[in-house]
Amino acid sequence: MAREVARDVRRPIALPETTLGLGVVAVAAVAGWQAAVIPVTPLYARIGPTVFPSVGAVLLGVLGLLLVVQGLRGGWQERAEAEVALDWRALGLIGAGLLANVVLIGPLGFSLSSTVMFTLIAAGFGSRRPARDAAIGLALACAAFFGFAEALGVNIGMGAFERALIHAVGL
Amino acid sequence: MDTLALLAHGFTVALSPDNLMWCLLGCLLGTMIGVLPGLGPALTIALLLPITFQVPPEASFILFAGIYYGAMYGGSTTSILLNTPGESATVVTALEGNRMARSGRAGAALATAAIGSFIAGTLGTLGVAFLAPHVVKVALGVDAAGYFSLMVLCFVMVSAVLGSSATRGLTSLALGLLIGMVGIDLQTGQPRFTFGQVALLDGIDVLIVAVGLFAVGETLYVAARRHAGRDEVLPLSGSLYMTRAEWRRSWKPWLRGTAIGFPIGAMPAGGAEIPTFLSYASERRLSDHKAEFGTTGAIEGVAGPEAANNASAAGVMVPLLTLGLPTSATAAILLSAFQSYGLNPGPLLMQTEPDLVWGLIASLLIANVVLLFLNLPMIGLWVKLLRIPPPLLYGGILVFATVGTYGISRSPLDLVLLYAMGAIGLLMRRFDFPTAPVIIGAILGPIAEVQFRRAMMISNGDWTVFFTGTASLGFLILALVAFVAPILLGVRRRRRAAKIPRHG
Repeated sequence: MAREVARDVRRPIALPETTLGLGVVAVAAVAGWQAAVIPVTPLYARIGPTVFPSVGAVLLGVLGLLLVVQGLRGGWQERAEAEVALDWRALGLIGAGLLANVVLIGPLGFSLSSTVMFTLIAAGFGSRRPARDAAIGLALACAAFFGFAEALGVNIGMGAFERALIHAVGL
Repeated sequence: MDTLALLAHGFTVALSPDNLMWCLLGCLLGTMIGVLPGLGPALTIALLLPITFQVPPEASFILFAGIYYGAMYGGSTTSILLNTPGESATVVTALEGNRMARSGRAGAALATAAIGSFIAGTLGTLGVAFLAPHVVKVALGVDAAGYFSLMVLCFVMVSAVLGSSATRGLTSLALGLLIGMVGIDLQTGQPRFTFGQVALLDGIDVLIVAVGLFAVGETLYVAARRHAGRDEVLPLSGSLYMTRAEWRRSWKPWLRGTAIGFPIGAMPAGGAEIPTFLSYASERRLSDHKAEFGTTGAIEGVAGPEAANNASAAGVMVPLLTLGLPTSATAAILLSAFQSYGLNPGPLLMQTEPDLVWGLIASLLIANVVLLFLNLPMIGLWVKLLRIPPPLLYGGILVFATVGTYGISRSPLDLVLLYAMGAIGLLMRRFDFPTAPVIIGAILGPIAEVQFRRAMMISNGDWTVFFTGTASLGFLILALVAFVAPILLGVRRRRRAAKIPRHG
């Protein structure tokens, strides 16, 4: 009998999935607008540069609407996943680390900027030893900097620290 | 016997000391990456793409091939000992393998996985060598319209058919297609989706998309649900030498898994999940030890799917090398490596670059031998990697993600894009969207557009050209069937389920 009851109860609207679907529709709208403003020379009018972007935007829009419908019908996320609450503190610390890297990599150079990011990410994962993390991060960043510079000839962004280190070693 | 001569030539390329060194390095890196949970070959190869500016194509593809196969071997170790499958293709291995490890037979599970991978990888690679020239002969007759339709088929298969939901798979694909269109349109010189940003004129590097989705997205996902419980690493228990009974129970699943995995991988649809599940289902039905499945762990359930996984990984090289069609995220990254050398994988590649193609195939065979020895006797070393504390592991992953992206352009905008892709990756993981279609759409979309326009140019703008050519029409019908059939079957199943009287 329980099954009969369960079948009649309509599942509530799944807010996260519906929001996500609306987000997809919004992205599609921006893409459609951008596709519409692509300048077209009359020469290529028939198979010009707007055909694929327009089709892509329309496709994404339709799919976004389908996702909204699925969200309104109760969503698709599995219980086991939906019941895990996101750890916003961890996400915040890691987000701060990523932001720090974007801002600092220019002025400070790769190694120091990476050290800051590494320490914040480690803290996000629950590490309580920032000094140890910073030391490991710095060692790793230096290894990556000089390893890649040496092996691949890629300069990953030299700062005052790297210059001082190279000077000290006497390269 | 032409193939054997070409393969022998390939071995002379692959066995040069330099290339052997690259192969060994690839195998080491690949195994390491495969063992670390959450990291896959697509990410690793993406991070190493800058190497294509420095070394000849043979060297970098031999390196990438080692990583590709190595990650398969390493991934099974993680599935068995940690029950956290590194990638979707090893989910099935974890089912029985982890149970075997729990009941003290980790050694036998690891051994049958490694030997099965070796056998399937070797047979699969030989399959590539012998099948590819035939596919090339057929492919040479396909025109631009046919190519476009073949890509449509590939898109439908990788996004709508192979995943858990057609809507979500196609959403991923559409996102990838749009990302692939960012930048200057090469045929008309018009900027698209650049929002007036000069830095976007060159387009979004597929490297950024892959590293963002896989490395940054994975890091955010793992961190966000850090308290959801971590799996313990099981100890290496039991002998690595399989008993006679274990050999007897393993060899047939290895061969059956290979027979299931290779053809499915070689089709322009690809995917390693379906063959592993098929192999698991058939081993479960055929086994004489059904009681061990789902309880103490059955060795057949590890041997078969592991072989199917590796055979299909080899099979994926067939559409990639002969048609330029990537059917997995890793294959899409390999395609962008080809592009970085100015090479276009397709029917002509085997003729114009025989050293590269046959050297690559030969080195895949060598990598298999190397990996067998790297994995079985040295397994204890790899297991130690599983004990790296997560704070340091993920911090390190993001440092290397920065190296791979910032190192090419030295533009902070690329870092912003990378982290934005990471945020999208987190949402996609959380809401069960497949990530491979994004990569495949981004890399294959522009190629499909070129073929589309070429076909339209040849036909003077006549849309019907896609329905009049035999090959093109055939591919489109296949795509339609593949797309519609599951929906119809689903409706029928639901109707039938509704008709069955319910006993309360």
